[in-house]
Amino acid sequence: MVQKILAGDIRSIARAITLAENEDYQAVELMRSLYSHTGKAYLVGITGPPGGGKSTLVDRMIAYYRKLDLKVAVIGIDPSSTFTGGALLGDRVRMQAHATDSGVFIRSMGSRGHLGGLAVATADSAKILDAAGYDIIIFETVGIGQSEIEVASQVDTTVLVTVPGLGDDIQVLKAGTMEIADIFVVNKADRDGVEKSVMAIEQLLSTWDMTEDDFVPPILKVTAKDNIGIGELAQAIEQHKKYLHDSGKFEVRRRNRAVTEVHTLILNQLDKWAHDKMTKDITTRDNIEEVYLKFIDPHTVAREALRELELETMWDKWGQGADGGG
Amino acid sequence: MKPVKTAAKKKGQKKPAPAIKRAGKKIQAPQPSMVNKALVTDDLKKQIAEWQSNSVGPLLAKYPERKEKFLLTSGAEINRLYTPEDVGEVDYPKELGFPGQYPYTRGVQPTMYRGKFWTMRQYAGFGDAAESNKRYKYLLAQGQTGLSIAFDLPTQIGYDSDHPMSTGEVGKVGVAIDSLADMEILFDGIPLDKVSTSMTINAPASVLLAMYIAVAEKQGVSSSQIHGTIQNDILKEYIARGTYIFPPKPSMRLITDIFEYCAKEVPKWNTISISGYHIREAGASATQEVAFTLADGIAYVQAALDTGLNVDDFASRLSFFFNANNNLFEEVAKFRAARRMWARIMKERFNAQKPSSLMLRFHSQTAGSTMTAQQPDNNIVRVTIQTLAAVMGGAQSLHTNSKDEALALPTEDSVRVALRTQQIVAYESGVADTIDPLAGSYYIEAKTNEIEKTAMEYINKIDKMGGMVRAVEKGYIQSEIQESAYRYQLDVESKERVVVGVNKFTIQEEPMKNLLKVSQAVAEAQIKKINEIKAKRDNIAVQSSLEKIRQAAQGKDNLMPIILTAVKQYATLGEICQVLREEFGEYRESVVL
Amino acid sequence: MSNKKTRILIAKPGLDGHDRGAKFIARALRDAGFEVIYTGLRQTPEAIASAAIQEDVQWVGLSCLSGAHNSLFPKVVEILKQKQAEDIKVFGGGVIPSDDIPGLKEAGIKEIFTPGATSKSVIDYINSN
Repeated sequence: MVQKILAGDIRSIARAITLAENEDYQAVELMRSLYSHTGKAYLVGITGPPGGGKSTLVDRMIAYYRKLDLKVAVIGIDPSSTFTGGALLGDRVRMQAHATDSGVFIRSMGSRGHLGGLAVATADSAKILDAAGYDIIIFETVGIGQSEIEVASQVDTTVLVTVPGLGDDIQVLKAGTMEIADIFVVNKADRDGVEKSVMAIEQLLSTWDMTEDDFVPPILKVTAKDNIGIGELAQAIEQHKKYLHDSGKFEVRRRNRAVTEVHTLILNQLDKWAHDKMTKDITTRDNIEEVYLKFIDPHTVAREALRELELETMWDKWGQGADGGG
Repeated sequence: MKPVKTAAKKKGQKKPAPAIKRAGKKIQAPQPSMVNKALVTDDLKKQIAEWQSNSVGPLLAKYPERKEKFLLTSGAEINRLYTPEDVGEVDYPKELGFPGQYPYTRGVQPTMYRGKFWTMRQYAGFGDAAESNKRYKYLLAQGQTGLSIAFDLPTQIGYDSDHPMSTGEVGKVGVAIDSLADMEILFDGIPLDKVSTSMTINAPASVLLAMYIAVAEKQGVSSSQIHGTIQNDILKEYIARGTYIFPPKPSMRLITDIFEYCAKEVPKWNTISISGYHIREAGASATQEVAFTLADGIAYVQAALDTGLNVDDFASRLSFFFNANNNLFEEVAKFRAARRMWARIMKERFNAQKPSSLMLRFHSQTAGSTMTAQQPDNNIVRVTIQTLAAVMGGAQSLHTNSKDEALALPTEDSVRVALRTQQIVAYESGVADTIDPLAGSYYIEAKTNEIEKTAMEYINKIDKMGGMVRAVEKGYIQSEIQESAYRYQLDVESKERVVVGVNKFTIQEEPMKNLLKVSQAVAEAQIKKINEIKAKRDNIAVQSSLEKIRQAAQGKDNLMPIILTAVKQYATLGEICQVLREEFGEYRESVVL
Repeated sequence: MSNKKTRILIAKPGLDGHDRGAKFIARALRDAGFEVIYTGLRQTPEAIASAAIQEDVQWVGLSCLSGAHNSLFPKVVEILKQKQAEDIKVFGGGVIPSDDIPGLKEAGIKEIFTPGATSKSVIDYINSN
């Protein structure tokens, strides 16, 4: 499978992504073999509130990069899923014109219930696609929230897409998530209110604490449906890429990414362990019942549970300020 | 339900009271057949309450009703009984008026079917032009009074039969038309000054209309003499039917070009058939059907006004197309509400002056989606009920579906039964002998009011969004329809809603035999024909015409005359649409899931 | 620990614009816990097969009401086979006369659902195959 992926075999790439999504153990082995082949692709995140025309924008970006003869992969992430765990993924519709282009790979992804899993799946998928020779990998994410921030930490350039008339959303966005943006796009710029949106973003930017060395996010007016402004967007991405390299931040970002990835992987495993422990381990379950009945305090029970991992003494260390925590 | 026969006349309350559980009692009426002012007296209200507590209550305690709630397709509840209280105070001339008079609630003509029956117009077409021509002649011989042309999907989407996207589709859901040569065969021996022809064509409507004009000219019939309709309603293609080509803006321009051209050159032609039919088929409720169709209508009128046309110059050529569905009373109320609403919209919103600009004239078709593949004979009964709905609702023309349509294209035999259904309703049932026979029924009037009110709320909401084009781009309309469709289907699957022969009263049955099938040979023959035409015609002239279409598309000149020149030179539909595709771009659906 | 899901591609091959049934099934499958990928209208068999492979689905559901099923459904199966993806199973639905069904099954379409089939019958079929 490794050889086939490296050779760009579509079926194998698709299967490998499935393994990553399924959190199958084979994916771990696969990553081990593929990892040394990664690092060439440039990762772009396209994010923003629903109704922003992101899929159409991505569709046009694919066309743009294909003209430059670059291979493009897209991972469309839709974190909405029903309580049954099902998902209905429709981002592809806007990009289906590229379905038969052998230089384009499009994959739709649901969250399958927990966000940590999604972050691992997207990171692994990006590596698979990177190793398979895709030059540009685009993550498209719907909505603004935890999953966007996690995904943003995995890409090199994050493009935040909004549209005129979503003014209220900008208010919402201010609450912390807009900082992830390296580039702002006001899509559907043929509509009334485009200047108002641009001004709102400018105003927001003026409140950012930026030094001279920081990259000032450009604000681009784009009308994706009419293919207007796509070249400018690609250029802005290119400029941001250049900035990252020139400033040395590219390496900083990738180093941070390594940290985040390992961190996430550890947390995921611990989370699963904790979940199992609390649902399957009879002693722990009994103990939780006793917490409820106020016979024991929760700290004691957690400490007891952690004993299995020999982690119970961690608390003592933190308490003494010996080994960093938190 | 037994309707209360007459209505009393006394002072009463103004607001229609909340609509539940009311009694009906015969009350003396000095002026029967008119809905009068002030029917709701305190006395009546007391009687209703008494009936409720003394008669209904004890019975319900012993025998509950079949269902907890009885619902219309819109989700609105149906009361146990309708009384004057549900209608309230009616200003008769203002709300109902007389047939042929504003607000046209009771019909658009003074004599309606006493003068002449609605046009019986069976939608037909399949295979190649020669085969369809044969079917049209058969239908005319059977007493059909107008033609209705079904085109195949490649034609509707502007592809020639030899285009790769046409694979498998040529001649399947309608007749394949690639060039004027096909159109000449299609109407061979059919005098175009005598028949009225309706063409279900939208995105490439200009091209097909041009071909029709060209065929008429060859018959010696001038464009001022021909009459008929092109559907030409692109908005509902984005919403519900799917045969769009271009994005909304250039599509609206093509439509207004047709309005303008026809106002001068083809004055008897209905330049658009604003269609709720497909919106309903996609799963909308009756109320949504009215709301979204009229909202589409508003968008077209506004677009035409924006290009500088005068409302009274084109408004009388607007026509409508509605679904005739199973719920008889809801449907009749729907048609009446639609007429009244459109008259008011045209008068109050667009300030139209000519009476003909205010009239909502509509074609109707029985609901294809209610036809079942199981026990297909049952469909004849459904179509009969739906025919009654259309006729009592005052339709100007009607297509009745054939019993085998859930399975395949209709055979000649089944089409004949469908046509006979209309003829039986017309000649034998007596429903066509008086105008708007259900008027004055408390139920019908209450529902007419309710549909108008709810549909108007939708229209206001769409206005707030910036109009129908924006609402469609946003996917709002699609998601509203989809929600209704999803609910409906879940109700069928849970058997909350009974579909006879499908989820109740089912039988083991043999698959239906002798279904009509279009052979693959049609596609091959069409492709051969295209090649022959391209070899024979003056290709330099064709290229120059196509180039002129391109230039006109880039600018503002009316496209119709240039397209007409091109089709006369046997430029193909696909060639013309390809030029327009290059200039206008293609629409991609706004998917709502 | 695995987190597997059955993935299903729902597609409308050909030019037919009637997507009420396809969208209903897509939603019903989602509600039954599947991951459903919807491709929209006017899909060529090539585009459907490519999407199915990229999305690595177990099933492809095709819906066609225009009568073009005899050309389009088998084509999807054929292309999947060409691309060595014959393990992706194809089912179909729409206005399909009963005498066409044997031919379609022979061409490799696993099951055909005709008008009146419930979403439950589709879900049960997928779960048991």
